[in-house]
Amino acid sequence: MSLNVPTMAEMMAKGETADVLFWVGCAGSFDDRAKKITKALVKILNHCNVKFAVLGTEESCTGDPAKRAGNEFTFQMQAMMNIQVLNGYEVKKIVTACPHCFNTLKNEYPELGGSYEVVHHTQLIQDLINTGKLALEGSQTYKGKKITFHDPCYLGRANDVYEAPRALIEKLDAELVEMKRCKTKGLCCGAGGAQMFKEAEKGNKEINVERTEDALETHAGIIATGCPFCNTMMTDGVKNFNKEDEIKVLDVAELIANAAEL
Amino acid sequence: MIQIIVFALISIVGFGVFGYNIWKVRSNILLGRDIDRKGNSSERWKTMFLVAFGQQKMFSRPIPALLHLALYVAFVITQIELIEIIVDGLTGNHRVFYFALGGFYTFMISFIEVLSLLALIATFAFLARRNLLKLPRLNMKELVGWPTKDANLILIMEIVLVTCIFTMNTTDEILYRIGGSHVDHANGSFGFLISNCIADMLMPLFAQGYPTSTLEVLERIGWWGHIAMVFAFLNYLPYSKHFHIVLAFPNTYFSNLEKKGRFTNMESVTNEVKLMMDPNADPYAAPADSNAAPQRFGAKDVQDLTWKNLLDAYTCTECGRCTSSCPANQTGKLLSPRKIMMDTRDRLVEVGENIRQHGKDYDDGKSLFSYISEEEIWACTSCNACVDECPVNIDPLSIIIDLRRYLVMEESKMPTELTGMLTNIENNGAPWQFSPSDRLNWAKED
Repeated sequence: MSLNVPTMAEMMAKGETADVLFWVGCAGSFDDRAKKITKALVKILNHCNVKFAVLGTEESCTGDPAKRAGNEFTFQMQAMMNIQVLNGYEVKKIVTACPHCFNTLKNEYPELGGSYEVVHHTQLIQDLINTGKLALEGSQTYKGKKITFHDPCYLGRANDVYEAPRALIEKLDAELVEMKRCKTKGLCCGAGGAQMFKEAEKGNKEINVERTEDALETHAGIIATGCPFCNTMMTDGVKNFNKEDEIKVLDVAELIANAAEL
Repeated sequence: MIQIIVFALISIVGFGVFGYNIWKVRSNILLGRDIDRKGNSSERWKTMFLVAFGQQKMFSRPIPALLHLALYVAFVITQIELIEIIVDGLTGNHRVFYFALGGFYTFMISFIEVLSLLALIATFAFLARRNLLKLPRLNMKELVGWPTKDANLILIMEIVLVTCIFTMNTTDEILYRIGGSHVDHANGSFGFLISNCIADMLMPLFAQGYPTSTLEVLERIGWWGHIAMVFAFLNYLPYSKHFHIVLAFPNTYFSNLEKKGRFTNMESVTNEVKLMMDPNADPYAAPADSNAAPQRFGAKDVQDLTWKNLLDAYTCTECGRCTSSCPANQTGKLLSPRKIMMDTRDRLVEVGENIRQHGKDYDDGKSLFSYISEEEIWACTSCNACVDECPVNIDPLSIIIDLRRYLVMEESKMPTELTGMLTNIENNGAPWQFSPSDRLNWAKED
């Protein structure tokens, strides 16, 4: 099935407006693994006939890693350029599959002149299910399978979103098993605060390995996440234990798209 | 009469020195930059009520929470007895509330005794956790030396205090029974729950004519010991990690009520960025407020932090929940959020003393970076676990980020990979080296 991915510019040229802007993010646009998450979400949006659009080449980094690294100049330059584009298209609502983009757009753009309703993709999908636009009833794909959810810090502790991704996993008729450290006590995957882009400081262990141990303890066959960076870190962690054949690391959007056979 | 004068003098000195120390702490905290933590007072009171008064966040670890609760409740309730001691001391009465309150007094003192006993047990448990069981979070390297002594000293002071209470009540009870009490009475008993039992055990000794003068001396030692410990404790607080018993309340009141993921906006940067992006801006225009000294980007020293950061530092009781939940610390990195708070406080005390001794422009050649290394700061994943964990809503993360801001924006010092990442964002609008024109390629790929 080919994807239907209209850009804001195309929409505008046709005199149409999008109900929601899909903010793809750098990982979702360029990282090979994360691109699959992007496509899974688009499949869901297409399937549910959500009138969405992307910025395409007009999108740029939100500035999140710059801000976490302490470079407020680069962050604000990025933010103000993005806000000009977003406000130019009179964007009201944004969905993103990246908790870092989500946090920055939602919490740090308003002070710079960019106020939008920002939702994480798990929240949007939950809404699609609740309003009957997406049905998963009778799906056998993950029925009875053990799935554990790794809370992305910038979705959980940073923004108190814990329930939407879990509600979706439960819709799969799967068995949701929690790690010993979950929700507010969830352990970071090690990527946040610009760590993704640098070598870890000297220590005796990698954080993603520590976190993967938590996941392995649950004996879940699937580690679900809601963040492209957590996905990378957990995938590497699973590889570290040579378990990549038994344990899959998947985004919640991928689980839903697979279950709905999209 | 002499007793009253001595008591009054001790009280004046005790409260006076405490007041002076509070003033010093306050002026140190106000060295910080301003941050708006007013507004939404109902939410603030609620946070204080739940987190400080109600100990809400302690209960994610039930064992220390219950032990701590015993000490906390005993401490709060014992203040009633302290008020009585102060009234007695200043008026020359003895157990002035006994006559005023009657049976309720017996209940109240019994309640205090039970709580004091629980507190005593808790204190021994705390000493054991630190010194015998050697709990990892209470035996980390940043606690070597003074912090460990400070912690043990506090616990020992609490044992002495409780011992004084029981000595006073028990000897008073025996005196009462044998007709030697300061209180005018018929024969009988105060009937306080625990001291009554101890007195029962000791009575046979005194029935055989043991001299009551020993009892009277012991009773006075208990009484004076209690009040002396209270003043010693009070004046030790501003120098100790134990100051949290006071500052937990304002610190939770002034909590950050925003989402934890939201980092502060740097307005000074906003103004410059706006100027850069505005095609009509006059680059030679005089700044709106040319008298204002340019503010440093980020934090090099304590004055660059906010007063809330500094209040946080004084409030920290070094329990180490932050550090034990820190992913960097758990994987052997140098970063410990608790150490960040301890270093901030130590440096603040030093800066405050420098200012009082040498004037406000004195430069001792040191900064926060004399205490905190760059390696610590760059180990943080900004995951907010430390912030979430703190039982009194301290925010070590905002200090770490302000230190990063200083290093990056003032000194251009950062791990080399981050220089590359930032260049990529500036040049290609992504942290990696991809062309912005390829951003939508995914939509056409299979």
